[in-house]
Amino acid sequence: MSESNTYSATAEVGQLRERRSKWATIKLELSKAPISAWFGLIVIGCYLFVALFSPLLAPHGEAEIFKTPFAPWDSTHLLGTDQIGRDVFSRLIYGATNTIGIALATTLLSFLIGGGLGLAAAISGGWLDQLLSRFVDVLMAIPSLIFALMLLTIFGSSIFSLICIIAVLDSTRVFRLTRSVAVNVTVMDYVEAAKLRGEKLGWIMRREILPNIMPPLIAEFGLRFSFVFLTIAALSFLGLGIQPPTADWGSMVRDNASMIQFAKYDITAAMTPMIPAAAIALLTVAVNFVVDWFLHKTSGLNDEH
Amino acid sequence: MHPILGTVLQRILLGIVTLFFVSLIIFSAIEFLPGDFTQAVLGQAATEETVAAFRRELGLDQPAPVRYVEWVQAVLSGDLGTSFSGRNASGIDRSRSVVDLIEPRLWNTLFLAFMAAIVAVPLALFLGITAALYRNSIYDRVVNASTLTTISFPEFFVAYLLILFMSQLWFDFPAIANINSDTPFWERVYKCILPALTMTLVIVAHMMRMTRAAIINLLASPYIEMARLKGISKSQVILRHALPNAWAPIATVIAFNLAYLVVGVVVVEVVFVYPGIGQLMVNSVTTRDIPVVQACALIFAATYIVLNLIADIIGIVTNPRLLHPR
Repeated sequence: MSESNTYSATAEVGQLRERRSKWATIKLELSKAPISAWFGLIVIGCYLFVALFSPLLAPHGEAEIFKTPFAPWDSTHLLGTDQIGRDVFSRLIYGATNTIGIALATTLLSFLIGGGLGLAAAISGGWLDQLLSRFVDVLMAIPSLIFALMLLTIFGSSIFSLICIIAVLDSTRVFRLTRSVAVNVTVMDYVEAAKLRGEKLGWIMRREILPNIMPPLIAEFGLRFSFVFLTIAALSFLGLGIQPPTADWGSMVRDNASMIQFAKYDITAAMTPMIPAAAIALLTVAVNFVVDWFLHKTSGLNDEH
Repeated sequence: MHPILGTVLQRILLGIVTLFFVSLIIFSAIEFLPGDFTQAVLGQAATEETVAAFRRELGLDQPAPVRYVEWVQAVLSGDLGTSFSGRNASGIDRSRSVVDLIEPRLWNTLFLAFMAAIVAVPLALFLGITAALYRNSIYDRVVNASTLTTISFPEFFVAYLLILFMSQLWFDFPAIANINSDTPFWERVYKCILPALTMTLVIVAHMMRMTRAAIINLLASPYIEMARLKGISKSQVILRHALPNAWAPIATVIAFNLAYLVVGVVVVEVVFVYPGIGQLMVNSVTTRDIPVVQACALIFAATYIVLNLIADIIGIVTNPRLLHPR
């Protein structure tokens, strides 16, 4: 028996005081996460993997055209070919990169615009707040899909204009949320103290307010992403979003929709338009499950009520 | 003047101002068109004279404010202009007035929206309120998980799932809702079953979740807890304390979802080839037929604004606390 075995109160207290690392906290939370959240996380992981490595995973090219259109499922064309003879399975994989990438870029842009302006409005208050809030009120008075359709008529549907239009329209909602949660934080004493210290607007935004409003914003990011993702899918489905030959799930549904009528004779044929639609649905379900769990975790709205 | 009346009038005024700015935005859409759009409309072979005459007809030789006033006057008197399609280089004008194009389709769209709403609204309110009251029970969890799933489905996925099962595999409901003005009422209803069902499913999910959240939010407020602690019965808590304050959020939820319904028809109409205003708008966007797009956008936006206005007014009238915002 050596000295190391003797009892030391300070050692025990010190041990208890040791903070869990961030990673350990995440692991602990994950082990308590419900099955729906696990399902969501795993699905999101798979989608991201496919989206990142699509050129390596796809057996054929994105716009490579084969001899037989509407070919049935077999070993060369795992899910058959579409109306002009492109491999559906490969397009599905390339579609992950395009659809998810564009939706992610749009959401990030809308958070940049909406979040930044929302914080600025909440902190500075006064006429800037009034002006921005009233402007957002007007923009939100037009349903966003309708507004997007009108703007697409004017600017035409290229990927760039699609991202800009939807990001701007969606940033109105981000602005509202950011402003409303930030307004509660800006009246706190520590923000006042920072202002009196003479800190700049950017510093106050980044160091004092942002960390305190992060949880609702992260949850909103998930919700906004799935909303943007659905809007882009809907626009592509209407033939006004991502244009061919770029592979995209919304337009894949549109192009092959007529094959549903053969469901009675060959169920696999009817699956050709259903699979990309299901791919869209599965990702949004997964994101929503994770957001739901996260909201439950952070909102303080726990099971006691 | 009674303070509630004052607030309501203020809110109506705000709605009118919003409508004004929205009309300004929609009007200015034509300003941003590329300069050569007249050629795109009339065709490459259009002569100078035809182009000039077309621009004069659109009033493009006048300053924008003058045209805005004229446009608003025309819209108020029920004239939405003429469509771009049907014109050609020779100057022969076969275009139709936008009102003629829109009117029959507007009724079709309203019919479909009404059919969906009449089922969806009571169902969603019932599910939402019961789920909130029996929070965290198995019932709540099942309803919650299934609505979370449907909410994440794109409308066209729900629509095609219904077509696959209800019209191809199991039953034989019509997959194409091709109605016209002569279709008798019950046949109309029969053909609209699948599109209406699609919209009902989507709306119920949204509405049920919003109702549930609103009620839970309400039940968590301190005065409800106080009422519970006083020991009065559960039904008394709900009827006497919670309900008077619940009208406002419920009205908001209904209005929001009816507005969503009006917009959600766009995709559903395209899937089921239903001759409504949403399908017209999509076709006009494809052909860049600005007057029709403007008219449709104006109708959708006005519906949206009016529905939200009504919800706010119901909220003000039923909830005196709203009279004193912080």
